[in-house]
Amino acid sequence: MSTFFTEAVIIATVAGAIRLSVPLLLAALGETFGQRSGVLNLGVDGIMLLGAFSGYYTVLKTGNVWYGLLAGVALGIVMGLISAVIAVSLQAEQGIAGIGVFLFGLGMSDLLFQRLVGTPVPITKFPKLAIPLLSDIPWIGEMFFNHSAVVYMAFLAVPVATFIINRTTFGMNIRAVGQNPGAADSLGVSVTAVRYATVTIGGTMAGIAGAALAIDLGIFQQNLTNAMGFVAIALVYFGAWRPIGVMLGALLFGFVNSLVLQLKTVGVIPQDWSDIAAMAPAIITILALVFVASRFRPPAALTKPFTRGT
Amino acid sequence: MTSAGANLRSRSKYLAYLVPLAAVFVALLIAAIMLVVLDASPVEGFQAMFEGAFGSGDALIATVLKATPLLFVGVGITIAFRANVINIGGEGQMVLGGLFATMAALLLGDLPAVIMLPAVIIAGMLGGAIWGAIPGFLKAYYRVSEILSTIMLNIVAVQLMNYLLRGPLLDPAEIERGTRIPQTERLPETADLPLILNSDRFHIGPLLAVLAAIAAYILLWRTPLGYRLRAVGQNVDASRYAGIPVKRTIVTAMMLSGAMCGLAGAVLVFGSESHRMVTDGSTAGFTGSAGFNGIVAALFGALHPLWTIPASFLFGGLLVGGNALQRAVQVPSALILAINGIVVVLVVSTDRYKKLLQNRATEAETAAALARQEEIEQAIIPDEPPPPPGTAARPDDFGDPDYLQDEQ
Repeated sequence: MSTFFTEAVIIATVAGAIRLSVPLLLAALGETFGQRSGVLNLGVDGIMLLGAFSGYYTVLKTGNVWYGLLAGVALGIVMGLISAVIAVSLQAEQGIAGIGVFLFGLGMSDLLFQRLVGTPVPITKFPKLAIPLLSDIPWIGEMFFNHSAVVYMAFLAVPVATFIINRTTFGMNIRAVGQNPGAADSLGVSVTAVRYATVTIGGTMAGIAGAALAIDLGIFQQNLTNAMGFVAIALVYFGAWRPIGVMLGALLFGFVNSLVLQLKTVGVIPQDWSDIAAMAPAIITILALVFVASRFRPPAALTKPFTRGT
Repeated sequence: MTSAGANLRSRSKYLAYLVPLAAVFVALLIAAIMLVVLDASPVEGFQAMFEGAFGSGDALIATVLKATPLLFVGVGITIAFRANVINIGGEGQMVLGGLFATMAALLLGDLPAVIMLPAVIIAGMLGGAIWGAIPGFLKAYYRVSEILSTIMLNIVAVQLMNYLLRGPLLDPAEIERGTRIPQTERLPETADLPLILNSDRFHIGPLLAVLAAIAAYILLWRTPLGYRLRAVGQNVDASRYAGIPVKRTIVTAMMLSGAMCGLAGAVLVFGSESHRMVTDGSTAGFTGSAGFNGIVAALFGALHPLWTIPASFLFGGLLVGGNALQRAVQVPSALILAINGIVVVLVVSTDRYKKLLQNRATEAETAAALARQEEIEQAIIPDEPPPPPGTAARPDDFGDPDYLQDEQ
């Protein structure tokens, strides 16, 4: 056990935690917008898978990781709009419709991959962007300031999201629509427009998250996300619908995953027990859900479609 | 008047039934477009699918066997949804059912089939019920969203399965050979599901599933417990007011739902051709995504256990046909998963429209009944004589312009 806590392993664990938390953070931040406005988009995992494939395929064809990320954005916008039509205009039961979107994304991404690519070919990954001076600090530099640009962008998105939700008119409308859509509507706020915007933001972020995941790993395979999108939705609850809380949740998840990975690599835990260790994140999430449910209230209108006059 | 009402009534009713069928039609149309985009012939593809699913005796057996876990899960999902509990945890509950049943069979060894079969089936139901009770309990007593907790428990279940099948339950022969393929030893033969119809693979699983559907129908509509489940699903506050123990009912609904999914897992193990429990590391490797596809069948069966029987058959056929499609036009069978997703979205998206039509049918029915009643009443009771002048009730005065002028 003592051999485990070497400098290299600790640095790798922390740096890995930050890297692994990025897809979760991006998807969960987007989902926060939707949920604050009263829409639970359960299709995040499906959108992530489609975003991952479009990102992977674009990089495979063009060799440019940024085009791949853009493909994720485009795919995310389209799927976000479709999700908004389903949840807002057609007022489908959100808990079930999202499973439909998930199944569609799971099947469609696998179908396209098998048909267009076939055997997995590794692609170019994001280049590392060492921040001058800061990355030279011993330990800290390697842990926090020697990542790809996407990692910094994801963490910068946290204060941006907080600012939008808490300090702008748009954010105020989001919160109003999520708490009391009837009152917001009577004051002239279009519930439909706000929810379309938030669900599309959520879809876009999920698309980016998927593309970022695939390009970070440099591969694609069937069910690449492995329920990461669902974990992201749980993280929004975990973070009590606040971007900072969501970030802490994503970091905790990234840390547990990274730790399990390192423990396995170093061989501290036997192979048999790594499956048991892999249960930790899901069990922690369930416990966190219990904790949050007893202290925080979800947005009052969450999962409730709005019809004028009711 | 009456005939127009009847027309509207029947038209609305038929339209309400047609909505899910239209959903499948639209989904298949999208599938055809996808096939064209993927440079494959939709006619050839659909023909291969239909023949692969329903075209021969062997195809029908494969379809029915594929439909069996869908029906179990669909029935389980229906029970939960009727109580307004959204059970997305069918996958995990199936895994736990399979594990419990497997462990029971290994523990009991070589008991005669009459004891063995019921024992392993009950063990499977117990495993699923426990895995369902956890989210039910967390929802009822801690207000934790069952959607999230069931999904998390799916993740835990697959890791538990991987751990058990790679470690404690691993086939000793695999350890000896050093291959360590994660699977159990050949389970006791007395636990094999009996084969019927002179087939080498058609077992009693489908019969059990149909029995389960009938039992669920009786439970939901012919027992006090079923009444309580549906009441809680309709209106929690009214149920509480009526003295129904809402929390316990929610837990019960999830336990029953989980038990059905657990049964699906047990049938998968003992009806398998290898008669072992095997993992490829993913949930879908064991369940074939039946925990999710069962939701599709349940929704398509309008959350009615008996309608879920033909719905499961249809979607079982779609899954089996998907493999034939892959062979015929080289389009991966993952297409079927995508189509299932579209069906779910379409069915729940049109749900509101369907309810609207059903309401209109009910309204037309009520209006027709009222009109009939009025006719009868007018035939028997003469119109009330008008009240004598000067005795009008006070509220009428408010509508009197003269009265308003007085006030000014």
